[in-house]
Amino acid sequence: MANAHAEELRMTEWDGGVLPYSVGHKKLGMWLFIVSDALTFSALLIGYSYLRVSTPNWPTPFHLWPSIAFSSLMTFCLLSSSLTMVLGVNAAKRNDRVGTIKWILLTILGGVAFMGLHLKEWFNLIHEGITLISNPWGVPQFGATFFGITGLHMFHVFTGVLYLAGMAAGVSKGKYGAEHVEVCGLYWHFVDLVWMFVFPLVYLLSVKMH
Amino acid sequence: MSTHSESHGLTSKLTLTVWAWLLIITGIEVFLAYIQFSVHVMLVLLMGLSLVKAALIIAYFMHLRFEKRTLVLTLIPALVVVISTLSVFFPDSVRLLHMKPW
Repeated sequence: MANAHAEELRMTEWDGGVLPYSVGHKKLGMWLFIVSDALTFSALLIGYSYLRVSTPNWPTPFHLWPSIAFSSLMTFCLLSSSLTMVLGVNAAKRNDRVGTIKWILLTILGGVAFMGLHLKEWFNLIHEGITLISNPWGVPQFGATFFGITGLHMFHVFTGVLYLAGMAAGVSKGKYGAEHVEVCGLYWHFVDLVWMFVFPLVYLLSVKMH
Repeated sequence: MSTHSESHGLTSKLTLTVWAWLLIITGIEVFLAYIQFSVHVMLVLLMGLSLVKAALIIAYFMHLRFEKRTLVLTLIPALVVVISTLSVFFPDSVRLLHMKPW
């Protein structure tokens, strides 16, 4: 015991004796994952913006109704689900298990609403003839970038909903504590953050003027 | 309602304020989309506003403002440098635009 204590004293912060960032390893791991995932989305969005700016006849098919109204509502759903996630993390820190599960379920509801609206929006566009490789305006990059970027983002929302559902189940069984909920929350907020760039770049730069 | 159990300074009131600002900035972005600016001006305006939104989400929702400074310094500068490096070729899009025959 005395030896272990002496050993701990000898170790400096960066020898791993204590947590140099004052956060747990799970949380640090999630942050590092978020940084790498942020770079994936950055590369896609910068590549998209390059094409968007250098293509003068880029299609602007998004009418106020339904596309812009839907995507604005989707933004509202994601932002509100981030709010409920913060409240869920706060409840977890208070050891309020029922409150945590309630807020996580509301967060899932926001995510599912987002996916439902987005799929409806996708099917509307597919119905208008926009696919990955062609569209009525003859600028195939439009469909490829639109479905590529929103598809990758929707995949993140989908995995986030699964993660949240697993978290709610784990919290109800007493398997997961406040740190787990917080780490899950970090991922969910990141998915929200990415949409804050996808929405203006993909939708708002291609609105149909009347 | 600010109790010590609400982690380090992020009170419910502050959370709601951040959420409201995020919605307001989104509203401004949608409004801007219906004003006829050139695509370059739009890109700068929308990305500027989105960076503000991202900063709010990272600082408050993701709690980074209340973490140890070393964590912030490990994560953020590297991210900014790499994203800036990715953007290095961006001005080429303008050259491409003028080179095109249409």
